[in-house]
Amino acid sequence: MSQDIYVLVEHFQGRLSEISSTLLAAGRQLAEIHNSSLIAILLGSNSQNLFKEIPADKVIYADNPLLNEFNQDAYQQVLSEIIKLKLPFLLLFGNTTIGSDLAGFLSVKLNMDLASSCSHFTIEGNIVSQICGGKIMVESNSTATTTLITMVPGRYKLQTLKTDCSPEVEIFTPTNINELRIKTIKILEPESSDVDISKEPILISIGRGIQTKENIELADNLAKALGGVVCASRPVIDQGWLPTSRLVGKSGKHVKPKLYFAIGISGAPEHVEAITNSETIIAINTDPKAPIFDIANYGTEIDLFDLIDILVEKVEGIKTK
Amino acid sequence: MTISEIIINPFYQKIQESIADGEKLRNCLQCGNCSGVCPFGFAMVYPPSRMIAQVRANRFENILSTENIWMCVSCYACSAACPAQIPITAGLMTGAKEELLLAGNVPGELQIALENSQRYGNPIGESPRKRADWAKDIQPEVKLMGKYRQPVDVLWFVGDYASYHPRVQQISKAFAKILNKLNIDFGILGPEENSDGDSQRLAGEKGLFEILAEKNQQAFRKYEFHEIITTDPHAYNAIKNEYPKLGISYPVHHYTEFLFDNIQLIRPLLNYPINSRVTYHDPCYLGRVNDIFEQPRLLLKEIPGIDLIEMSHNYKNSLCCGGGGGGMWLDGFQWEKTHVRLSEWRMQEALQVNAGILAVACPYETPRFEDAAKNIDSSNPVKVKDIAELLVESMGI
Amino acid sequence: MKIAVILKLVPDLVEELSINPDGSSLDTTWMRMIINEFDDHALEQAILLKEKYSGSVTVISPEFDGVDDVLFTASAKGADQIIKMTGDFSNSNNHALAKAITPFIKEIQPDLILTGVQANNDLDGSLGPCLAACLEMPFAGYISGINVEDKSILVRKEYPGGVISELSIFLPCVIGIQAAETPPRYVAVSKVRQVMKTSKIDEKPISEMDQNGGVKVIRMFQPEASSHAEMINGTPEEVAERLITVFNQIGIIK
Repeated sequence: MSQDIYVLVEHFQGRLSEISSTLLAAGRQLAEIHNSSLIAILLGSNSQNLFKEIPADKVIYADNPLLNEFNQDAYQQVLSEIIKLKLPFLLLFGNTTIGSDLAGFLSVKLNMDLASSCSHFTIEGNIVSQICGGKIMVESNSTATTTLITMVPGRYKLQTLKTDCSPEVEIFTPTNINELRIKTIKILEPESSDVDISKEPILISIGRGIQTKENIELADNLAKALGGVVCASRPVIDQGWLPTSRLVGKSGKHVKPKLYFAIGISGAPEHVEAITNSETIIAINTDPKAPIFDIANYGTEIDLFDLIDILVEKVEGIKTK
Repeated sequence: MTISEIIINPFYQKIQESIADGEKLRNCLQCGNCSGVCPFGFAMVYPPSRMIAQVRANRFENILSTENIWMCVSCYACSAACPAQIPITAGLMTGAKEELLLAGNVPGELQIALENSQRYGNPIGESPRKRADWAKDIQPEVKLMGKYRQPVDVLWFVGDYASYHPRVQQISKAFAKILNKLNIDFGILGPEENSDGDSQRLAGEKGLFEILAEKNQQAFRKYEFHEIITTDPHAYNAIKNEYPKLGISYPVHHYTEFLFDNIQLIRPLLNYPINSRVTYHDPCYLGRVNDIFEQPRLLLKEIPGIDLIEMSHNYKNSLCCGGGGGGMWLDGFQWEKTHVRLSEWRMQEALQVNAGILAVACPYETPRFEDAAKNIDSSNPVKVKDIAELLVESMGI
Repeated sequence: MKIAVILKLVPDLVEELSINPDGSSLDTTWMRMIINEFDDHALEQAILLKEKYSGSVTVISPEFDGVDDVLFTASAKGADQIIKMTGDFSNSNNHALAKAITPFIKEIQPDLILTGVQANNDLDGSLGPCLAACLEMPFAGYISGINVEDKSILVRKEYPGGVISELSIFLPCVIGIQAAETPPRYVAVSKVRQVMKTSKIDEKPISEMDQNGGVKVIRMFQPEASSHAEMINGTPEEVAERLITVFNQIGIIK
């Protein structure tokens, strides 16, 4: 039986999404373990330009206007056909707004096993997932004919984008797509009047630990002193204390600054996945077990309310010299 | 107003019935003393006297449509200033907050503190299992009643911030050292202790207060002790004045009373002078609400070298630090409205009398005043110390 | 409009988590369960829709330690019917839950089913998509805004980078809520206590627990960090000094 590794590549507005490189890198590792091929599934409309960015052995491509942008109803129907036909050994999805909508649904519909939140694979090919805010790791495996897996980014570093791939291409024509029960009305881009934090070199980021809206002033002061910009993790944005354009995380922006200064952020996976490309991460958190310390370069348990003001003073002292 | 309007004034009815002396509300002559003395009166659309007028005119909904009520820090200044002795804080303000909570109208920070209190037994949201972690390194060991299981003389009710807040934990350690030095037979409840609930009660959560009191009662019942002492004036107020109304009755003293009663033992141990001008801040719930003014001062005077001076607002007129009545969990909200911190006003007063040390006796105060000190530029910053810390320093332990 | 909300309880991460001696499950001795934050948002969204468009809200929860409180609180917030599925859920997964819930949903026939987009202990995908497949309904997750139209809803689906996709979905459907339009409301303890006297929890035993669809857990462990931050200790003064040195080193300040 073939042990081919399949990957559903995600794309958005003509570009491959970041998660796709994680999936392809993981897929390649698995293909090597199982001595098999890496096959990418691409659903879209006039998306042939993406082939050269996909370092897989083969791309199965379904082209249909109904697949132009992600549509759970259309995608699950087409994927059902492909999966039933190809019976992949493993099919990797992103643990994302696209992948998560599909994987569980297909798992039940097609009666196949599913493991989610997978961060990496062991050398034997076992699945390692993270749960409970990243505090617990679970190693699992499946002996089923087909196993579906959703992956979180982070372990497989972002490769430089390849643009010279030449995978074999198989065109797949779905036999039938029923009338769709979901329709995309419009896509709304975030307000561009605000700063684009994904392009900023110095980010002062605040989390739940900041406690109140008024305390954001502390971060503002530090940002001003260092010439940086304030951003935040989900809890701060949900409170409405900063606009969504400042959200760093799975649903927000992925950032790659020179300095990521995290204040009162615990380091949940949804946040961490967006900051792994920072050059230097400094974390302030009174909880010595906070997961953020596992990826930060420097950390301190000092209470932010004791530290920030003194730090700002010192920085300003140096500037005025 | 029609006769039917006069009869159907549910909120007015409710306050009069809900509290002893509640009907004194009818005696208000609108003198305005309460509004004048209220620390946040200037920021309220309806400061206390105007609130009373609105309530009596059956226009309570006018008050509900503003954010007035959450400006109140339950400091009792109004109640103390009222010539007719109307229970404004306990009756009107608390009653109004209860109404707001029932309507689900509560600022986010306060909501979190209340939900944490219910879930974890403390407003901070820390695990109850860690409540006695502060005491781990004290020698001789601080007895945890759940492990010790023998009668003790004194049960020390530690309190929330004293258990979890890093700065206030230092004060808890200091007090433990004093008790050990004096060979007092004492124990703490640790993880079995829940928040006293007084500030939550004053913030309008009567149901939550009752749950917390019941839980504490279950813990009290399990053990034998002669009295309860506490370093927390809010816990003191709850156990002394409110718990008995729920059938929970124990003799209770604030630590300054307790230590003063043992002054003969303490006096010979105060070997090291603290040469400083020291001013004492009367906590609202120790002083104004419970009439304990002298013992803290007498303790301070026992310490050699201390020059005890008074600030302009003292004794019954003391200025609230802003932490009471839920104020501890409304700082962001109150800051948005006023851009003023009550704790900074107090700090300014301490500076004005050239105090080197501001002595306190309530767990809310040390962090609040130290924060305030950071915001005030001064060549001679005032240090904030709990009386227990000063005693320990003078004892050299 | 009839709305069903599925609420789950998950491990409370405030408490330290530990793993059983068997190495493949969580130690529940000290573990406390708390309502899944995203399900709380789903409930809030349901109540908001009820307030805006009128209708009814039915809440369904699997039996877990502490679920009664959660259900009564939901009732105090405005839920019309509160259902507890009884049975042994200690070894359940989302596939099993979805299959257990399905017959009750078919009984209730809601127009809209809301649940949280994910839960912190999801290992076999999240509940929403599984349930949608069981019911053969369309699914959309990462939703942070819902408006009701005639036989459909208009939703806002979140994409990375703050991008929102506005979708129109035929009813009935299943939605995975990322965030309610306003944060979950506060409900006074006295109100919940009152509701406990007047509301009743409908207990519905489940027929079977079918865990097919999940993978086999070999072991659970706490992550050994492959690296760890260099920790800076000392007084705030000392820590600040050290950080200045770091800033210098990386060229942030000169």
